[in-house]
Amino acid sequence: MNITLDADKCCAAGQCVLIAPDVFDQRDEDGVVVLLDAAPPADQHDMVREAAAICPAAVIQVHE
Amino acid sequence: MSPRRIAVVGASAAGLAAAEALRRFGWTGTLTLVGDEPHPPYDRPPLSKQLLQGAWQPDKLHLRAADQLDTLALDLRLGTRATGLDTATRTLTLDDGEQLACDGVIVATGVAARTLPEAAGLGGVLTLRTLEDALALKERLSGTDRRLVVVGNGVLGCEAAAVARELGHQVTLVGREALPMARTVGPQIGELLAAEHQEHGVQLRTAAVDGFEADGDGPARHVTAVRLAGGTRLPADTVLVAIGSEPAVGWLRGDPGLDTTDGLRCDAYCAAAPGVYAAGDVARWQHPVHGRHLRVEHRMNATEQGMAAARNLLAELEETLPDDGDGALAPAAGRERRPFTPVPYFWSDQYGLKIQAYGVLNGADRSEATVLDPDARKAVALYGRDGQATGILAIGVPPRRTRGLRALIATPAPWEEAREGVRNALA
Ligand SMILES: Cc1cc2nc3c(=O)[nH]c(=O)nc-3n(C[C@H](O)[C@H](O)[C@H](O)COP(=O)(O)OP(=O)(O)OC[C@H]3O[C@@H](n4cnc5c(N)ncnc54)[C@H](O)[C@@H]3O)c2cc1C
Ligand code: SF4
Repeated sequence: MNITLDADKCCAAGQCVLIAPDVFDQRDEDGVVVLLDAAPPADQHDMVREAAAICPAAVIQVHE
Repeated sequence: MSPRRIAVVGASAAGLAAAEALRRFGWTGTLTLVGDEPHPPYDRPPLSKQLLQGAWQPDKLHLRAADQLDTLALDLRLGTRATGLDTATRTLTLDDGEQLACDGVIVATGVAARTLPEAAGLGGVLTLRTLEDALALKERLSGTDRRLVVVGNGVLGCEAAAVARELGHQVTLVGREALPMARTVGPQIGELLAAEHQEHGVQLRTAAVDGFEADGDGPARHVTAVRLAGGTRLPADTVLVAIGSEPAVGWLRGDPGLDTTDGLRCDAYCAAAPGVYAAGDVARWQHPVHGRHLRVEHRMNATEQGMAAARNLLAELEETLPDDGDGALAPAAGRERRPFTPVPYFWSDQYGLKIQAYGVLNGADRSEATVLDPDARKAVALYGRDGQATGILAIGVPPRRTRGLRALIATPAPWEEAREGVRNALA
């Protein structure tokens, strides 16, 4: 699995961080998403798919 | 035998989330997505922000790229309106007369903008819900120094007023409530917002709208002013009517099994009838934790509820379809219906300010704001009902910090306990 972001669309909802805190974080100043792990291990994959589906700004692209 | 089919009605945020989740959770049968707009699913929040501002072009609003939609193998019916649903036979009727026999239906038809009867046929008076609406408003704000009157000072009116000011137009924001967004956010946050809009040069007026004045005849009839109750006349080149919305349930009214008072009424599983579920702005469901029916018009809820409705529909079909629906439902472990118990989330952007809220603010019987910096409009507010804290809002606070406040109300907590939590978090 490989993750890419359209970070300029991010509205700082933070939902991705609530779901997969080992993979996503937010910048301190404006809350824009930060990728902690672009190729996360298998035990994270379900959570990453869930985060990509739930993101309200279609920021997270998952390539498998 | 006709193929197994699930139909999702409404091809926007909630409908797309439902369709994706149906595939992800194992539906391999026919998946029909019906939407009356001509566009593939696009995002609405940027309409009153980046698109109106001119920062984004319409193609950036697409929620999925064409190849991502392709992988869903949809029977996609865009520009097609559903006109009726018979819940007893699960038959969906489309505006071209076609009738679709379905095993399951997810209703995700959202809401439509309300307008004023006096606005009918009057040029220059607009609403803002669709891409076309936003492009029309943008076009009218493309000159310089236009006079815009925004009727309605809820979140949509506030955002549009902010962008129009940033584009250099003369903006008057008219509301029946004295303070912007006060019905949702309470008086203290409303005061901060009023100060912010005034500082940016928006004129605030408190009044009901009595009617419009116009020039010209027939199709050329065009607004020239807004008349307020009490006699004030506000000259206007353009009027945006942002007075709320109406759930798109008209097409469901023929079915005796459905309650369509203020949205489609559902149980805690988002089910409105056997095999019929609802999600997004249109759905009024029983939130088990809050113990009442809620209808949430927020972008985040559309996605979460679309996914929940899909999961619960498949769990029901697994029980009720013979032989897993002739193979239309891939086997999956742990498929079960779960009550939908989200912590609602919404945000709004006005000028450089971000407003974020978690939980339930509507219907609060008390609210209390802690203003951290009045000039920077920085504050945190708590909302409650029946002695419980149910919602929290932050304005001008870094989002990462705001997220930390969510836990205080994720399940309603005694008011004093939550207040204490806010004090500690801000200390
Ligand atoms: C300008 C604007 C700004 C917003 N900003 C924010 C924000 O900052 N933060 C936030 O949290 N939320 C915001 N929202 C709200 C958010 O966009 C909605 O909550 C979300 O779009 C709801 O998605 P939905 O799919 O439930 O409904 P909708 O997006 O309304 O989609 C319903 C779809 O169904 C179609 N439809 C209706 N009837 C039929 C029928 N009979 N047959 C076929 N199709 C039908 C409609 O045309 C529409 O395409 C904003 C909304 C607008 C309009
Ligand atoms: S969920 Fe989406 S919008 Fe929210 S912070 Fe994550 S990437 Fe950004």
